[in-house]
Amino acid sequence: MPSVSFKVNGQRVNVDVPADIPLLWVLRDQLNLKGTKYGCGVGQCGACTVHVKGVPVRSCSTLATSVAGQDVITIEGLSADGTHPVQRAWEELDVPQCGYCQAGQLMTAAALLAANKKPTDADINAAMEGNICRCATYRRIRGAIHRAAELAAAGPSRAGSGAPRDRED
Amino acid sequence: MTTIAPVGRRAFLKVATLAGGGLLVAVYGPRLGVAARGDRPAADPLADTQLNAFIRFHDDGTVTILSKNPEIGQGVKTALPLIIAEELDVPWAKVTIEQAPLDPAVFGPQFAGGSTATPLNWDLLRRTGAAARAMLVGAAAKQWNVAAATCTTADAVVTHAPSGRTATYASLLAVAATITPPALDQVPLKDPAAYRLVGKPHKDVDIHKIVTGQPLYGIDVVVPGMHHAVYEKCPVFGGKLVSANVDEVRKLPGVTHAFVVKGGPALDGLLDGVAIVADSWWHAQSARGKLKVQWDGGATAATSTAGMDAKARELARAPLDKVTRNEGDVAAALAAAPMVVEAQYSYPFIVHAPLEPQNTTAEWKDGKLEIWSPTQMPQPGRDLVAKTLGIPPADITIHVTRSGGGFGRRLKNDYMVEAAQIAKTAGVPVKLLWTREDDFAHDHYRQAGWHFFRGAVDAQGQVVAWQDRMVYDEIGEADFPSRFVPNLRLEVSTPFHGVPTGALRAPGSNGQAFVVQSFVDELAFAARRDPLQFRLDMLRRQVTPPGPRDRFSAERMAKVLEVVRDRSGWGKTLPKGRGMGVAFHFSHRGYFAEVVEAGVGARGGLVIHQVWVVGDIGRQVINPINAEHQAIGGALEGISHALAQELTIDKGRAVEANFDEYALLRMPNAPPVDVFFHLTDNSPTGLGEPALPPVIPALCNAIFAATGKRIRKLPIGNQLSA
Repeated sequence: MPSVSFKVNGQRVNVDVPADIPLLWVLRDQLNLKGTKYGCGVGQCGACTVHVKGVPVRSCSTLATSVAGQDVITIEGLSADGTHPVQRAWEELDVPQCGYCQAGQLMTAAALLAANKKPTDADINAAMEGNICRCATYRRIRGAIHRAAELAAAGPSRAGSGAPRDRED
Repeated sequence: MTTIAPVGRRAFLKVATLAGGGLLVAVYGPRLGVAARGDRPAADPLADTQLNAFIRFHDDGTVTILSKNPEIGQGVKTALPLIIAEELDVPWAKVTIEQAPLDPAVFGPQFAGGSTATPLNWDLLRRTGAAARAMLVGAAAKQWNVAAATCTTADAVVTHAPSGRTATYASLLAVAATITPPALDQVPLKDPAAYRLVGKPHKDVDIHKIVTGQPLYGIDVVVPGMHHAVYEKCPVFGGKLVSANVDEVRKLPGVTHAFVVKGGPALDGLLDGVAIVADSWWHAQSARGKLKVQWDGGATAATSTAGMDAKARELARAPLDKVTRNEGDVAAALAAAPMVVEAQYSYPFIVHAPLEPQNTTAEWKDGKLEIWSPTQMPQPGRDLVAKTLGIPPADITIHVTRSGGGFGRRLKNDYMVEAAQIAKTAGVPVKLLWTREDDFAHDHYRQAGWHFFRGAVDAQGQVVAWQDRMVYDEIGEADFPSRFVPNLRLEVSTPFHGVPTGALRAPGSNGQAFVVQSFVDELAFAARRDPLQFRLDMLRRQVTPPGPRDRFSAERMAKVLEVVRDRSGWGKTLPKGRGMGVAFHFSHRGYFAEVVEAGVGARGGLVIHQVWVVGDIGRQVINPINAEHQAIGGALEGISHALAQELTIDKGRAVEANFDEYALLRMPNAPPVDVFFHLTDNSPTGLGEPALPPVIPALCNAIFAATGKRIRKLPIGNQLSA
């Protein structure tokens, strides 16, 4: 088996992997990072989204060997303590229902905000279209991305706990 | 239909002091009656002595409340403990929630189905909290030698205002443990006007874990020494295994076991298949590529959607074999009516596809099984495993994990029994994980249905005849318009097809609402009446008295219809190419009327501008932030069904295999949804399902209003451009 070395959430890892294994299964089963989810295996649902060099990729369809030497960030490494603006906004708006897709939604949203500090609804639709939420929390996801943009603009401190309730429309 | 029995006189409390300090309050009660259609929990031999809830007080003032039912995204892990905490008068910040293990003897029925968590537990859990509170008050009163009635509680403190004395719950635990528990049916309950927790928004108790990616779901379970498994079944539903090259597969990289499993005939039990166990899931799944199996598909191999469509049309030419409702004389009324409308409707098989694929972890050790499973029905799961593997249920421990969605799919425990059998045969702990393709190929699909209508309106514009010949429809009857049309006849035929089917969010209703509320619209159009007023008039003209099975209240439905009319601005002038559609449906004890505004966009595509949902779920919304979630989620799921969902059957197997061939709703197509709960003085009921059904016909009726095109076949797909 080939050996592959890359950085996950800032830590260097070195793992022996089958040549054809997708990054998703290395993260989940070899590195025990369970936050990244399997949903479809064909890059259609986005539940497995991670950042490679800051770009959101579908880890189910990315060969582990292809990330050699690169920086991979998973939901566990999005922030040290769950205070990335998207995580704060997701909590404020109580976005999840079952929650299974949300790691992928958060990673896609974080990458969007890194590239576009004040996305419009259309920008958000375009960036998030590849992420399925089977519970259909889409309206709250969109609201939370707008909220995260505000939080990011306001700086790193935690927003007041009296968060406004989500308005769906 | 579900009948909910109130907490009876035989309920009582048991109290024990915890070994590590603190007090445990357990409520034993009579079995809460639930006679549900399709989702009835298995009979419980301990019916009369069940512990229905657990509260653990700790000396440091914190309280642990166990949540008894599986959490599948419907919010019960937050809502059920909230009810206890309300009556107990403890601050929510001091409450920790724990998922209860499967133990119906202790917790009573534990399942997620039929939108029953609220109606089954609302009364019981309030009394559980109130009874514990009464004991703490009793302890304080005893200590202070005052009347309990002169004490009050707030924030886990008992106060005797006349003397100015206070005592924390934590300080009263030892004395409280000596107080005789009150009878559950006599314990006083709070005036809802005094609620501090119930009715106020509370976030999901696991939200921080979710947004930080902590392991919560079945797929995340790891046990020491765990191997990974896949299970290959016949692509033709229920097909039998003839032979397989397991000896070759066993030699592949990482594979530790490969063996044939002989199953039985039940489509929701253990079926014939090949298990491959490996040191990693990827190795197991890769080995599957080299697997060669000879199957015998049997009679089901002849089934196809096209064949079912032809069969339905052929059958509907004559009266069908079963009459489920017959009032007045439909034939005579149709013959005499000035205006007869005929229409054929159909809706396809669809998949549940909860985003977390089916999985279960099982460990067989010293003749006992331990199972970790995302299931909606842990107890029937245990019974299935016990029966299939031939071991006593008492030797099976089930840990219920959070589920990445349910939607009815996890009412079936086929994946649980597979994992159990594989772990037992392999003799190592195993996590079985299905691929998404396995999930599409082996779902228990929403049943497809065909409806052949004839209806008539008289010169006054009133519906005088309604005939529905339904083929393959599993429900076969409807709460409406039965009783509201003088001549009504419902016939049903359910020929063999061999496709596994099961409840999908608002089962039965998600198809019935579409056909019934669309055909009502057709009659309104034929009568040249406003479709919303036409429905109100129908509801106000009950012509047949309710029978024992009729629970539908026309008054409650008429009211939500009026409210949605007003909230949506029904009748307002719309831009050209837009229309509004309305529909209502009663299911799972909830009354929902919904309006959709839709039109054709600049590029010719359907645009859904807005959805209005009005529901009557009784007098109390327990957690409004989640209630809104459930109603929006239900409505958007209905839109997802309507727009594009269709699972085709050919040669006895599923054709579509993954999300690239089967379109679920995505963000750009999710319209805004306005939700309003019209409170009425009725018992509170559940919300997982009843908001879904009406949105489908409301959308189709809006399309008709906007374009003149009547959608009679789901999904809508490309019918608008055709």
